Formats: sequence, structure tokens, C-alpha cells
Amino acid sequence: MEKKEYRKHVISVLVENQPGALARIIELFSSRGYNIESLNVGQTEDPTISRITMVAKGDEHTIEQIVKQLRRLIDVFKVRNLTDKKKLDRELLIVRLNVETAEKKEEVKRLVDIFGAQIVDVSQDTYTVELTGDEDQIDAFLQLIKPLGIREMARTGRVAMVRALQGDTFEDKH
Amino acid sequence: MKLSGAEILLEALRLEGVEKIFGYPGGAVLDIYDRLPFTNLQHYLTRHEQGAAHAADGYARVTGKVGVCFATSGPGATNLVTGLATAQIDSVPVVAFTGNVPTFMIGNDAFQEVDTVGVTRPITKHNFLVKDVKDLADTVKKAFYIAKTGRPGVVLVDLPKDVTREIADFFEEEYKAPPQIRSYKPVLKGHPGQIKKAAKAIASAERPVLYIGGGVVSSGASDLVVKLAEVAQIPMVATLMGLTAVPGKHPQFFGMLGMHGTYAANMAVSECDLLIAIGARFDDRVTGKLSEFAKNAKVIHIDVDSAEIGKNKPVDIPIVGDAKLILEELLPEVEKQVSKNREFLVSREKWLMKIRSWADRYPLYYEPNDRVIKPQFVIEKICEVTNGDAIITTDVGQHQMWVAQYYKFRFPRQLVTSGGLGTMGFGVPAAIGAKVGRPDKIVFCVSGDGSFQMNMQEIVTAVQYSIPIKVAIINNGFLGMVRQWQGIFYNKNYSQVHMDVQPDFVKLVEAMGGVGFRVERPQDVEKVLKEAMTINDRPVVIDFVVDREEDVFPMVPPGGSLKEMILPKYGKKSLEKAV
Repeated sequence: MEKKEYRKHVISVLVENQPGALARIIELFSSRGYNIESLNVGQTEDPTISRITMVAKGDEHTIEQIVKQLRRLIDVFKVRNLTDKKKLDRELLIVRLNVETAEKKEEVKRLVDIFGAQIVDVSQDTYTVELTGDEDQIDAFLQLIKPLGIREMARTGRVAMVRALQGDTFEDKH
Repeated sequence: MKLSGAEILLEALRLEGVEKIFGYPGGAVLDIYDRLPFTNLQHYLTRHEQGAAHAADGYARVTGKVGVCFATSGPGATNLVTGLATAQIDSVPVVAFTGNVPTFMIGNDAFQEVDTVGVTRPITKHNFLVKDVKDLADTVKKAFYIAKTGRPGVVLVDLPKDVTREIADFFEEEYKAPPQIRSYKPVLKGHPGQIKKAAKAIASAERPVLYIGGGVVSSGASDLVVKLAEVAQIPMVATLMGLTAVPGKHPQFFGMLGMHGTYAANMAVSECDLLIAIGARFDDRVTGKLSEFAKNAKVIHIDVDSAEIGKNKPVDIPIVGDAKLILEELLPEVEKQVSKNREFLVSREKWLMKIRSWADRYPLYYEPNDRVIKPQFVIEKICEVTNGDAIITTDVGQHQMWVAQYYKFRFPRQLVTSGGLGTMGFGVPAAIGAKVGRPDKIVFCVSGDGSFQMNMQEIVTAVQYSIPIKVAIINNGFLGMVRQWQGIFYNKNYSQVHMDVQPDFVKLVEAMGGVGFRVERPQDVEKVLKEAMTINDRPVVIDFVVDREEDVFPMVPPGGSLKEMILPKYGKKSLEKAV
């Protein structure tokens, strides 16, 4: 077997919107000792079907196996590894920043402008900022505001869809 | 028709064609058991839920139907776990029904409550928690459909007590309509292009080998595989699960491959240039060191489960689908190729001769002895006395491997053994299920002294229902296979493998209402076996006291390549015959 190379994989799964389905999917990763970096579940255009977007680190062979095993789950409609596809890839960040001084306030406003973020909540000494973007944008933003003092943050992890240009939308399960 | 949940369940089972159920009642399933006597379903009360699961499994393996078991909530459900895992890993269709606390108490840590669906998720093909009686019939229908289609497996249906009590509509016609599971569509027909490719590869290979797995047995493809082997002159080897797919005495069959496979089978796979795997999953007990397994061969892999293809070994020609349907397409293609080009059969003849010479030179062998009973000798005698026609169930360990090596099977589904999970305690309850499924056959459970003690209470079940199974305990006073490993790999440090204190099995079995024998001399083996064959109304257990330190050979050390076999010490007699 070739040398194992670990990288981040983005896997998109369409699944019956019913209890237990998510647990089965997560189990395929956890039973192999793979940590799921992020996981997103939400409704699709069909409310009985959920879309799961998960990001996990693993070697190619094992991720391929997981994809195959996901496909054979009874509740799963479609599975796609989006890692090497042209895709729309977003996550949401909400972060509360310390802005005790006027300079800090200005600095945050400036960065918010540049990144197309929004200030969504304000207190005497904090601004809460919301930003949507791909992983790189969010990482870059966080890096810049970190010195200001992050009080609390939450990020959603990725949701992703293949670009329409790609031609096909979603491969069949089998 | 207005019925209670319990009645709906029982009606659905009738419509599924279920006749036999193995189970154990308890509080949460009382409503079901209350209605059970008013049906034609025959229920067998085992002595432990694990026994019920194994019995349903044994029943399914010999009949090809879905096995069914019942258990109550909490400990009833958790006691099923080993049995369900055993059936699931060997792809046996079983549907298990468990009771649970009423829906409004779920999650409360109520008495005898357990998250059964959560516990059994990793060991089932699928499972359901029915929360509304209106969904019950549809769920049962789906459960059976999922269990028996595609790659067969275990489905568990968890039934809260209130669901079995409440009333709902049940319409027979509606139940008979095909199930709708939009996200589950197993692929059965193989890809025609791939099948053509496979036929070409088969015709152009010089040294092909058919590697036959349990999928051949479960899809009913045995005859087609044998025909393929004959048409194209291909040698056959089988996994433990695939053993009965091929007549044990077929001239092109070289026995089991893998850790305790024959020299000829392991060498054939090591030297082949085309490996045709059918319904097999490249288990580590089969492949040994993966990088050396069929190292220079192209690989064709036929399997109904696409997730098995390429899992352990890269595959050149994958064909996803049902083995039988694929072979029906493949066989004519191969015949076409063969008639076009008969010359390649010459090279096949050479290849087969080479494998035969391996088989002759290094046969399965043990040193005969006229004072101590050799375990292999017992298996040979069981085969002789039953004319190779019995259904054999086994437990797990040395005796299991000796059965695989020395019993010559004649028809599919004749061997019931825990291949994937290696479950000790499987043999006796599985034999009960097998005999219930095939009352026309002699059912022999070959067990070990360790394994037998894991579920020997089920002998009482066999007594209660007059199920005349026969049990042969290969008794070496050891956990034999563990001792063998300690002997070879741990410098004979026999840690915790002595079973010095044992029940008197004869008295024990008699106390349970069966018939017991003890055999200590080789010359008595046949006589007692014949006597056991005459007992047809209750279980018989024969305690064969055998050579204590006999090992199973050949043996591929774990992690070794199939070529690195430890061979038995061939006695003079055998080598004279062989060379």
C-alpha cells in the first residue's frame, strides 16, 4: 500500500431526515478513530431530506472506504466527496470582540468593512461580528482580529455544494 | 381491520412466511406473547437470549429464509448482541424484535430500559425504533426486505410496550404491496461491459484460481461456480464460509485457503495470475500478509456489496451484483471464449497438475494413533458415519478448523459456523435452529470443551422440544486454539488455558434430559457415533477425550504470507504415499 497521506476531505451526504440517520453516519467515522472537524446538517429543498456536510481528515483509501460504506447505509440517498470538485464552500462565524477603546472600535469597523462582515450586536465594551465566507477568509479575519481580544466565538463549519458549471449536480448513490 | 400492535406484528410475520421463532419473553413483550398462542407460529423458548439469536441464525443459514428472534427490553436485548453481531458479520438474514419501555418512558432510565437501537447500531444492517403503532406494519415489511435483499444482514425492530398495545388499522392487501424505501436500491445485475472484460481475462489467464466465499452459498450460485470451473478448467479454493459451495471431493477443488488452509490452496493462490473472487471479502484470516496475497495476479471481484470491493485488495475488474445473476451472464461469455480458443485449456491442464502435485506432496495430515484419540480422526469418522450428508454446526477453535479440513461437504448450506466473529457458544443453539429448519437432516454440532460450556444450557431447549441434535465435544481439556498460539508464539507459556475442572459431561447432559456418552479409546469412536445416530427423540452429547496437545496444521503465522505455512510433521507412511 502507498504511503498514507492525510488531508482534509469535504463529504456531502443526502440522507432521510429521521432520527438515527445522523448517528449512523457519524459512527462510520468515529469507529475508525477519525475526528470529524466539522459537521453540518440542515434541510434541503425537500424537507424529508437533509444535507450533511462533513469535514474530516484522513488518508485517501480510508476516506474512499467511508464513502462506500456511507452509500450502503439504508437511510442515505447520495454521497459525494467534494474535496477535489469545484464547489461553493461557506461557513459562518460569530465572534464577540473586546473593544474597550475608541481605537479598537475603529479598527474592528475597518476590518468588518474590508471583509464584508457585519456588526450584529453591541455593548459598552464589545462588538459582536458576523462573517460568512470560505474557510480561508474566516481564518484570515480571525487572525487579524485576534490581537484585539476575542471574548467568545462560534463557527459553523462548512456547508458546501458543487458549482453548477461542473455539469452534474449529484452522483447517484450507486 | 382494527388490531393491536402485537396482533399487527404477528399478522405481518405470518404474511412474511415466518413459521418458527426463537425467543425469550419478558415484561416489555408480554402483549406479543399474549397473542402468540393464537397464531400458527411455532415459538421455541431458549434458555438464554443469546441462544435465541444463534438459533435464528442457524435456522436462516440452513434454510436460506429469514431467521426471527424475540427478546424483551434491557437485558433481553443486550443478551442478543453477540448473536446479532455473529449473524451480521457473516451476512445472515435475521430479524430481531425487542420490546422496550413505553414511548413516554424512553430516556428515563426506566426499569429494564436500554437504548437498544443505539447499542445495536454498529452490529446490524439497519434498525428501527417504532414510535407509533401506525408505522408498525410498514416497518416490519421494510425490516424483512432489508434483511434479505442485497447483502443479507441483521435488522432489529425495537417495540415500545405501548406500541404493541395500541390499536391501528391493518390491511392485508396493503401489507402485501412491495415495500418502498427510496434510499435503498441494491444493485443486483452486474455491469455487462465488466462481465465481458472478466470473461476475456478468464480466457487469457494461464493460471487462474476461483476464490469462493460465503456469498456464493447465500446467492445460490454454487452450481454455476462449479460449472464455470469445469468449462474453463479452473481450480477452486474456498473460504470457511464458502466451503459448502463446492462438493468437497470435486477433482478441481483444493479445499480451504488461508490461515489453516491446505498447502495446495495457499500455493495456488500465491502463484496464480488471475484471482476470481466471488462473494468473498478478503478477510485477514484468508489473505495473510496482504501485500503478498496473490501478488502477481490480476483480480476479478464479484460482490453484491460495493463497499467490499477494493476494501483490502486493489481490484482490476470489479463487478457489483448478485453472484448468481452475474454468473448467469458470465458463463455463456466464457463458453464463447473457450470454444473460440481451446488451446488455453492445455495450459490449464498443466496448472491443475501442478496444484495436484502440491496436494499430493503436502496433504492434510495427522499422525494416526491407536491409543489416543486424534481429533481429526473423530471428524473423519463423523463424516463417514453421516455419509458426508449431515449439517454440521461448529463452535470456534481448533475443532472448527478440523471440521473445515476433514469433513467433506456435499451440498450448500451444510456448514453452519461463525466465520467472521468467531463466536464461542454458537454451535449448540445454532444446531437447534438448523435442526428446526431442516428436520430431515442429521444435525451434528462439533464443539470444544471450552465452547460447549459457553451455551450448554441450550441442551435443555433441545430436550424440551425433542430436537435430536448430536453434539461431539472434542475435549482436550484446553482452550485448544489459544493454547496452540501460546505454544507456537508465546514459548509454550500456557497461561489460563487449562480447563482442568470440567463438569462430567455425561452426567450433566443426562441431568438435562439428553443422552451422554464418553469415549476415550480410538477403537470406540465409530461404535459410539453409530449408536448416537440411532437416537432420534432427544439430544445426544458425546464427550471425545482426545490428544491434548494436537495442533491444527498447516498454519500461516499471523501477518505471514500464505506461502509461509507451518506444516505438520509428516509421518513415514504419509510421505511414502505422497512422494
